[in-house]
Amino acid sequence: MRNVRLIARLDVKAPNLVKGIQLEGLRKMGDPNEFALKYYLQGADEIFYADIVASLYERNSLLDIIERTTDRVFVPITVGGGLRNIDDVAAALRVGADKVSVNTAAIKRPEVISEIAKRFGSQCMVLSIQAKNHGNHWEAYYDNGREHSHLDVIEWAKRGEELGAGEIMLTSVDKEGTAKGFDVELVKAVTDVVTVPVIASGGMGRLEDINPVIQKGHADAVAMAHVLHYNQLSISEIRDHCISKKIPVRTFMKG
Amino acid sequence: MSVVVIVDYGMGNIKSVQRGVERTGATAVLSFDPDEIINADRVILPGVGAFEDGMKGLKQTGLDDAICQFCNKGNPLLGICLGMQMLLQQSEEFGIHRGLGLIDGEVKKIPQTEDGAFKRKIPHIGWGALKRPQQQLWNSSCLKEIEEGEFFYFVHSFMAVPTNPENRLAHCIYEGLSVTAAIQIENITGVQFHPEKSGEAGLKILKQFVMMQ
Repeated sequence: MRNVRLIARLDVKAPNLVKGIQLEGLRKMGDPNEFALKYYLQGADEIFYADIVASLYERNSLLDIIERTTDRVFVPITVGGGLRNIDDVAAALRVGADKVSVNTAAIKRPEVISEIAKRFGSQCMVLSIQAKNHGNHWEAYYDNGREHSHLDVIEWAKRGEELGAGEIMLTSVDKEGTAKGFDVELVKAVTDVVTVPVIASGGMGRLEDINPVIQKGHADAVAMAHVLHYNQLSISEIRDHCISKKIPVRTFMKG
Repeated sequence: MSVVVIVDYGMGNIKSVQRGVERTGATAVLSFDPDEIINADRVILPGVGAFEDGMKGLKQTGLDDAICQFCNKGNPLLGICLGMQMLLQQSEEFGIHRGLGLIDGEVKKIPQTEDGAFKRKIPHIGWGALKRPQQQLWNSSCLKEIEEGEFFYFVHSFMAVPTNPENRLAHCIYEGLSVTAAIQIENITGVQFHPEKSGEAGLKILKQFVMMQ
């Protein structure tokens, strides 16, 4: 089995880190750089930034935040929110991002996935899917879970992989910010049909939430926000928990 | 103070390499000037992306020759990821393409399967533990301060296969497959993983490179 990656997810409304419930009702949490550094020092395997207002080029925007993050943080950084085309991706990579995550632009024009993958490599192109459960299926949403795409999540994930996405960031809008556990069924439904890595996001509340999403859902990585930002759990505790449950993770040597 | 010239040919996240080198206390200079590279004390060849594009980027401005001339002086060179793969003779990524040929061997696609049943996920994205081949000693290399089993961040779909297995400084096991993680021949070192993205362990490698004689 591959090592499961523990990813700290930071939703940003520049210049602040924000946190909401089901992607709404945002609360300001502080300087995203300080949070990113803290998670890096705790042993986060990656940092995932999402600009929730998609204000890529405004002053003191997410790009400025990332540029400062790369001063001290030496793990992969993914950036998403408002990236529409090759030029936007180039701008994000130039300031030090390693990967980009695309949702709205891909729904509106799926070919952008291939364009990004071809120019920068599929490892750089993360397809972000915001999924809502409709009982018998999941629908992909955009604009922070507000807009319908009428796309079935499973079909969209398959299509995304065919077009060149190298990873899928799968957020359960229903579970996001609730701390009530991951949507394991959703994650399993997607990992069953794609071969690229899937990052499970939304719902992490207790250490025990990790086990089913990895063991039953087969997630390759988990993204966490709420539990970290509110100091309910640290990355080190989560890593130790994984080791004790025989979930393979990177061994993090401090110092 | 040590000065490291980072070859800037438009491929990949060069800023992180620069920040990583600066963090070790050295001065990092980005350059696409062949003369500056030939005359450098030490050079890093970074790179993320397709092999063909990378080689094109180097050739366009004569950087391929400059890097080879630099290596002939015997000064330390570090290739990272695509920068490591380009040190070899050729790659089969989207057709056969010639590399710099500084190390004998070729770059092959990571096989998805050996038996048709099990399917390995490609690209290989994530943290892998470094393993030391039996005959290798790390104490005269960039890995001097690294303990076997420490983790580094990998992102790749192709892997280096050096002709002489002794050039393999380290490997990692990816879903049952041994993948070249580092190669070395005299003053030339290549790492498949990203030291600039591998936390403090990665910075130790950059620091060792900066201090190499």
